[in-house]
Amino acid sequence: MKSCLIVDDSRVIRKVARQIFESIGFSCEEAENGEAALTQCRTALPDFILLDWQMPVMDGMAFIQALRKEPNGEKPLVVFCTNETDIAHITQALDAGANEYIMKPFDSDIIRGKLELLDLIAS
Amino acid sequence: MSPEDFDLFAHMVKQRSGLVLTRDKAYFLESRLLTVMRKYNMKSLEDIADNVRNNRDENLMRDITDATTTNETMFFRDRKLFLEFQKDILPKILTARAGKKHLRIWSAACSSGQEAYSLAMMLNEEKAALDGWKIDIIGTDIAKDMVTRATNGTYTQFEVQRGLPVRMLVKYFTQPAVDKWQIKDDIKKMVQFREGNLLQDFGPIGVFDAIFCRNVLTYLDVQTRTHLLGALTSVLATDGYLLLGRSETAGGFERLKPLNVDNGFYSIDNHAPAVAHARA
Repeated sequence: MKSCLIVDDSRVIRKVARQIFESIGFSCEEAENGEAALTQCRTALPDFILLDWQMPVMDGMAFIQALRKEPNGEKPLVVFCTNETDIAHITQALDAGANEYIMKPFDSDIIRGKLELLDLIAS
Repeated sequence: MSPEDFDLFAHMVKQRSGLVLTRDKAYFLESRLLTVMRKYNMKSLEDIADNVRNNRDENLMRDITDATTTNETMFFRDRKLFLEFQKDILPKILTARAGKKHLRIWSAACSSGQEAYSLAMMLNEEKAALDGWKIDIIGTDIAKDMVTRATNGTYTQFEVQRGLPVRMLVKYFTQPAVDKWQIKDDIKKMVQFREGNLLQDFGPIGVFDAIFCRNVLTYLDVQTRTHLLGALTSVLATDGYLLLGRSETAGGFERLKPLNVDNGFYSIDNHAPAVAHARA
């Protein structure tokens, strides 16, 4: 079973995302900011990380920059899932090592589509 | 809707687009006709039926037909098919056309253009191999508003997130407004869109190296399907490829042989007996 870490300061978003990922067959963990996510990643690296950008304590950009410097930190596939919907932000995320990008609002089809693109589920 | 009105609409739509509407689709038809009703300021579905019956208003009949056709599409729909086309079929076509350096692809029933633009982006990724080539990608659709949308090449945030890798989004699109993504001109100029009814004479459309006609046959009855396969085959190069939808087959049509049934790839069987296929 693939593992997913959902990083978002909104409890509602985490709940909705968890429902979608569990329905696809992922096991899910949650974190409400980048720092909590980094702590969890140091214990066990997930296969996939769904990452919000704007969060208190540590935002998504600071998190991915720190994650990619960790031992095996290049392994998890990271998809930003954010209200930042302009090309400049998308480019910045890709340059920082994001594998894909979701502009909120999202639905099950969009998440499934991104997982297909990353070969995490069959198309 | 009365059974008589349903039959009137179903018969008209079948004649014009080939789409088969059975009685269990009455709810679908009613929901689609509501848009038409509003556009023409009519008060009921009966008003539309009466107008069709008595006036045979061409614009109205056309709008009804357009409203019933399915426009579901997305960028790189059935990604596996695109990957296999790029890896297995495209190199064969490029080898076969190396002398002419001219590649022609038809996106038949192109809806709002995502398939045709996906092909253009895919070919652009092969730019090095296609240096000096003339590339024609033609997209046709029966619905005028779909052709307009496709020609504009403007998509919503939701549409560009379905099937399109984000690296392609930033490479091939501009963002003129928050929820508006515009395909770039260098991709746009690789594609031409025009109105076209697959059940009527295609006109001077030329011969194609590959025809994408996906998720069309599934809406047609056997007779119309056979007719359409014959018509498509008549404009497919003898060494060209027809690509159907994943759930569709050309089973029973002898002039086409499957290359990969899972993905709906077909080529012309040049050993099969030639059959004349009259066009509607």
